[in-house]
Amino acid sequence: MSNGEKTPTGFEPRIVAFFCNWCTYTASDLTGISRLIYAPNVRVIRVMCSGRIDPQFILAALREGADGVLIGGCHPGDCHYQEGNYKALRRFKLLKRFLNRMGVEDERIRLEWIAASEGDKVQKVVNEMTEQVRKLGPLHLAPIATPEAFEHEDKQELVAAGAEGESS
Amino acid sequence: MSKPKVGFNWLASCGGCEEAVVDLEEAILDVVEAVDIVFWPCAMDFKKDDVRSMADGEMDVCFVNGAIRTSEEEEMSRLLRKKTKILIAFGSCSHMGGIPGLGNFYSSESILKSSFLESPSTVNAEGVIPKTETKRSEGILTLPAFQETAKSLDQVVEVDYYVPGCPPPVKLLKDAVQAVLENKLPPKGAVLAPDVAQCTDCPRQDTKPEKLEIKEFKRPFEIEIDPKKCLLAQGLMCLGPVTRSGCDSACMKANMPCTGCLGPTSRVKDFGAKAMAGFASIIDSTDEEEIDRLLDSIVDPEGTFYRYSLPKSYMHAICTTMRNGSGKKGA
Repeated sequence: MSNGEKTPTGFEPRIVAFFCNWCTYTASDLTGISRLIYAPNVRVIRVMCSGRIDPQFILAALREGADGVLIGGCHPGDCHYQEGNYKALRRFKLLKRFLNRMGVEDERIRLEWIAASEGDKVQKVVNEMTEQVRKLGPLHLAPIATPEAFEHEDKQELVAAGAEGESS
Repeated sequence: MSKPKVGFNWLASCGGCEEAVVDLEEAILDVVEAVDIVFWPCAMDFKKDDVRSMADGEMDVCFVNGAIRTSEEEEMSRLLRKKTKILIAFGSCSHMGGIPGLGNFYSSESILKSSFLESPSTVNAEGVIPKTETKRSEGILTLPAFQETAKSLDQVVEVDYYVPGCPPPVKLLKDAVQAVLENKLPPKGAVLAPDVAQCTDCPRQDTKPEKLEIKEFKRPFEIEIDPKKCLLAQGLMCLGPVTRSGCDSACMKANMPCTGCLGPTSRVKDFGAKAMAGFASIIDSTDEEEIDRLLDSIVDPEGTFYRYSLPKSYMHAICTTMRNGSGKKGA
């Protein structure tokens, strides 16, 4: 299973971004208003706080086909909810250790503090990360078996054995 | 009405789940009274042909423990699925991959190499590694294939119910048998255990502080554990908050932290990820360097958080790029 889209121009990485409502998402709006162009490879999901991002979201994104995950939150001390971004930081650091062990390269997961006024930083970070992930190529997670896959295999075997009549 | 036909089988497991059946003690006599045990290779002499000769769906219930790692285990799972009306994944290994699932941190090649060539207790001068086929003058000898990853039972066949635990607590087994006998099973796919966290009925619950703040993670042998106080508050890696209840706080009552064998509640998709979220949250620091230092004090974090559930995680196993040797290896 290849996560990346193969286009005539080569591999285009798919990056899922979780941006906090108060800082980074607002910053990405500013990027647009300022007519700054950034790589279209990023799919932004707005969350109320970077502290809302469960490590499960990040793993699910990777499993569902993302080649990288970007998290954007308020600068330390600026969290709308006092300490959500610190929680995000600690979770990010711990999750990264796990992902490293699983063979997911460091550059695929990135945490950035981007304030509402830093529209240019959104552009810079997204473009930079897109290029880094492009260089790494598609993420190849270990495929997860399902009973359906086995049944499919069974049918194939039966077809190969010329026993289609019995398979129904 | 004839007695329900029941089977037990083990796959990649340690035998502890079979022990749980024996732990029924006298109650096993009631079970034997109420059901016909038609397959139980661990306790009595049964062969694969005994199962093969059954009609499809002939067995009413089959409890299967253990993960699936070899081609033989896969074949047996599928055979039992065919012959059984209600297939129950019994124990952590068939539920979530369990301890054999930790093998998914490595490639199958490195596991064989480590077990047969490199381990200090192995004498294997000829460097023999098991192969599926070996030619001898007497003919061809065969062995089951060692597959790339360990899988939970539901990744190989459809599973009707789960009885979690390492091993499953006797009460959960009794309740499951009772539910089958009285035809009071919940909707298909359910885990037959309470759907709340360990902390809900932990005897130490009252000593859990309003806000947990941990300055250093400790291992049980490093401290003298207070037998009354919340283990998390003592800095121990107790996985109770993310683990399903159902064992009557067995470990906490024995003054040991929960290791998460009963798996997550139904709201959680990835046990280890949820555990990481919880533990990262209660670290009492906002300083990058200090956070790193505190995380360093968690020994084997991946193995701690995914002790029983790596194959069922979103990751399942190491990336295929790492497996093929182009990446760094955790081994």
